[in-house]
Order: sequence, then structure tokens, then C-alpha cells
Amino acid sequence: MLAIIGWIMIYIGATFLFLGALGIFRFPDVYNRLQAGTKCTTLGAFSSIVGVGLVHPAWLPKTLLIAFFILLTNPISSHALGRASYKSGVKLWEGSVIDKCKEFEECQKKEEEQE
Amino acid sequence: MNWIIVLGLIALGTVLTILRTALGPTASDRAVAVDSMTTITTALLVLLGLLMDRYIYLDISLVYAALAFIATLAIARYLEGGV
Repeated sequence: MLAIIGWIMIYIGATFLFLGALGIFRFPDVYNRLQAGTKCTTLGAFSSIVGVGLVHPAWLPKTLLIAFFILLTNPISSHALGRASYKSGVKLWEGSVIDKCKEFEECQKKEEEQE
Repeated sequence: MNWIIVLGLIALGTVLTILRTALGPTASDRAVAVDSMTTITTALLVLLGLLMDRYIYLDISLVYAALAFIATLAIARYLEGGV
């Protein structure tokens, strides 16, 4: 019974890993690609690694450790990459409708001029 | 049959990220593609450990995840223009 649940989780994980890679290939922009890649690969890796732990229950503690580590570090590296792309001047896609970071910088500039 | 489907899906995903690494217009695109390829590789190492019944593959996967995290932070720091 536990092995069947584990295999279902491995299937879900492999599907999400493939969908994340498809998003990286298809999306038009660095930021869209970053979002698709990070979310889908985090869920895919987490699900397939915990699935391996359920199929082989003696390995469960170490697989949970790896899954927790991925869950902890993947958003940090994604945030660092997005910030670095914005700072290095990569343009947004022309279909993007909102740019909060630019609005914030303009607002700060205005406040400095008033002082 | 199970293994063919799972490893086939993961191989297709890896090929797509490698294509984006080769095509990507800016350096940030390549960094993003390599970052998600390392996550896919971490999952693939654990699956290969189950396929070949080797416990040592889990240790390799953990060390690979840690090193990939540090490498991504270093690349991001370089792209940002810092030290």
C-alpha cells in the first residue's frame, strides 16, 4: 500500500519536473521563466524524493532531509537570481502590466527631491 | 514500464533546459535554466539510487544540492555586479 502511494508521488513529481522544464523553454521572459521553473521544479523534486522514501521505507529519514533542504534553498536562489536580473538591467516582456520595483524607486526619488 | 515513463519524462525535461541554456538571449536566462537543471538532477540522483538499490546515491544527492545552491548564489552575485 505504501509502495503504491510512493509510486503515485514519483509519477506526479516526474510530470511536474517535465512541466517546469517546458515552462522554461516556452515562456517569453526571464521573470516568467524563473517563476515557472522554480515553482514546478520545487514541487516535482519534493514529491519524487518523498515518493522514493515511501517506496523504500528504510530510506525515509534521509530522503526527508534532502526534500527539506530543497524546500529551504530553492526559493532563496530564485529570489537572488530575480534580483540580480533586475539589477543588471534585463527588460520586462512587453506584455507585462505592472512593475512595482520601478514605481517604488520613482516614489523614493520624489521624496528625496522634496527634502 | 514504470521506470521508462518516469526517466523518459525527466530526460525530456533535461533536454528542454539544455536547449534554453544554449539558446537563451541573456546571461540571466542561462543562469535560470542551469538552476532548474540542478534541481532536476538532484531528483534524478535519488531516483537512480532507488533503481540501482544503492544507498550512497542519497549522500551524493545531498552534497550536489548544497553545492548547486552555493553556485547559484555565486552566479547571482556576479550578475548583480558585486564582488
